[in-house]
Amino acid sequence: MSVEFCGLTLAHPVINGSGTFDALAARRAFGAALDAEFPFSAYVSKTITLQPRPGNPPPRLWEAPGGLVNSIGLPNKGLAGYLAEDLPELATLPVPLITNVMGSTAAEIAELLEACDTCSEIAAIELNVSCPNVKTGLDIGADPQQLEEVLRAVRARTGKPLIVKLTPNAADVAACAQAAQAGGADAVSLINTLRALALTPLSPGAPSAPRLRRPWLGGGTGGLSGPAIRAVALAQVAAVAERVGIPVIGMGGVSCAEHARDLLDVGARLVAVGTESFRDPVAGARIARELDPGPASPTFGPA
Amino acid sequence: MTALFARRLLRVAGMDELGAYRVLRVTDPEGSNPAPGQFAMLATAEHWGGGKDERPYLPRAFSIARWQDGEAHYLLEDVGPGTQRLCELRAGEDVWALGPLGQGFTAPRDGRRALLVGGGVGIAPLAILQDELERETGLDRAPTDSTPAATVPAVTVLLGFRDGPRAQGATLLRGARVATDDGAVGHHGLVTDLLAQELEQDAHTTVYSCGPSPMLEAVRSICATQGIPAQLALEAGMACGFGACYGCVVPRRGGGYLRVCVDGPVIDAAELDQVEAHAGAPV
Repeated sequence: MSVEFCGLTLAHPVINGSGTFDALAARRAFGAALDAEFPFSAYVSKTITLQPRPGNPPPRLWEAPGGLVNSIGLPNKGLAGYLAEDLPELATLPVPLITNVMGSTAAEIAELLEACDTCSEIAAIELNVSCPNVKTGLDIGADPQQLEEVLRAVRARTGKPLIVKLTPNAADVAACAQAAQAGGADAVSLINTLRALALTPLSPGAPSAPRLRRPWLGGGTGGLSGPAIRAVALAQVAAVAERVGIPVIGMGGVSCAEHARDLLDVGARLVAVGTESFRDPVAGARIARELDPGPASPTFGPA
Repeated sequence: MTALFARRLLRVAGMDELGAYRVLRVTDPEGSNPAPGQFAMLATAEHWGGGKDERPYLPRAFSIARWQDGEAHYLLEDVGPGTQRLCELRAGEDVWALGPLGQGFTAPRDGRRALLVGGGVGIAPLAILQDELERETGLDRAPTDSTPAATVPAVTVLLGFRDGPRAQGATLLRGARVATDDGAVGHHGLVTDLLAQELEQDAHTTVYSCGPSPMLEAVRSICATQGIPAQLALEAGMACGFGACYGCVVPRRGGGYLRVCVDGPVIDAAELDQVEAHAGAPV
């Protein structure tokens, strides 16, 4: 059931969504079993930025109907910290490593891609374009023209496969995917979380006046993930797969093989599992196994 | 102790009433022996979801309150859709469990007495800690100059509760001095009043504490002022329990954040400027 993806041969089509599985923390929690039974066929790192980021103030989570709103804020050690501290450990994982990066300008992105390009431990790069342009405030990935320009400006900085992680918070996601392809992306991945808001709960009997209700999450708005977004993900992945010729990584609310199969059937090459791993750390392996139970054992012996 | 790399479907051995609380007993003969202070992520096998606001969705984090004879015990209080559903479990039903997770308590050093300070449902990890400390040190521990054996046991337990029904939870531990907000049982006031009294008598202690944030902050502050080592078991809203989601952070002294699930839940009080009072738990 191995899958070809951008020149990589993966054991099965199930990987993790960026930022939903910390392999190094999982190694400490679960020991050697993490490597022996690694649940994904490739490992996508959390988003790395040029400078270290502490992440957003808590609270960072809100449980939604059939899902989760998070405002984590991309905490990471920064490029230098990632390369020096995390990369050597991630390189020992039993699967190819995809490093996810984000920059707020083409120059920043170029620097990130160049640094990753020199690392033989990194098999592919995923570019998170759900980052506000520092000048316009709009997400780089939300505007097809801007996305294509940025990608054209940085594409030559790496010879490694470049995956663009699209934002679902755009008017026409398929147009963004086309722009990514035109800009030189080798693959696209979607969907990222949907922008969402949770308010501080009303205390019993309290009046619901506008000034009394503040965002619950420390970062203000957050992103919705989990089964609540599955049907949206299916629609966006289908629309994108129809419009582009490059491989598509589909994700959004996948919690069992049936959901993964839906995404594959509308044209995804790989499927990523995210929030379900929070509930079940071996969800990726379970879904991969359910997708391909292996050859059925013969009922009768040879004639 | 590392956890088995899989959530496991376990059988409920029983659900016991303990005043305002419930003690969920789960059969777990294959489980790793937990360190005191470690926790597990729990979800019922059936009807997890579809409650108020179509919740619960995520598993919930619970300190392991006791571990004996192949059974894990958890202390529950019905405060939301997740805890409500777990409280409905009955013997013979199934529960998903992932654990034991996180960093637990470490033993007292330099012959210090262990002073356990708990509040409300947060007394849970102090029960297994008491079990472990009394097994480790023995109540007949040799007296030192500052701690004559006749008056000071190796482990002192101080527990605070809102009211009488909750104060019945104190029987989860042995020999506790109890304080209640309404005066129904024991000292009429805060458990930190009892802590101050104990420290006046003998400050050569290590404080172990778990409970509501304001109580933990008061404990932290008292201990910091008097230079007493303190280990605090924190609670935070948590999606995964094993470091994946980065949701359960608390500010670390000197900048940045600690993940309660993998850096804690037991955190050295010296790592914190304060215990923040935000209610983070999706319960």
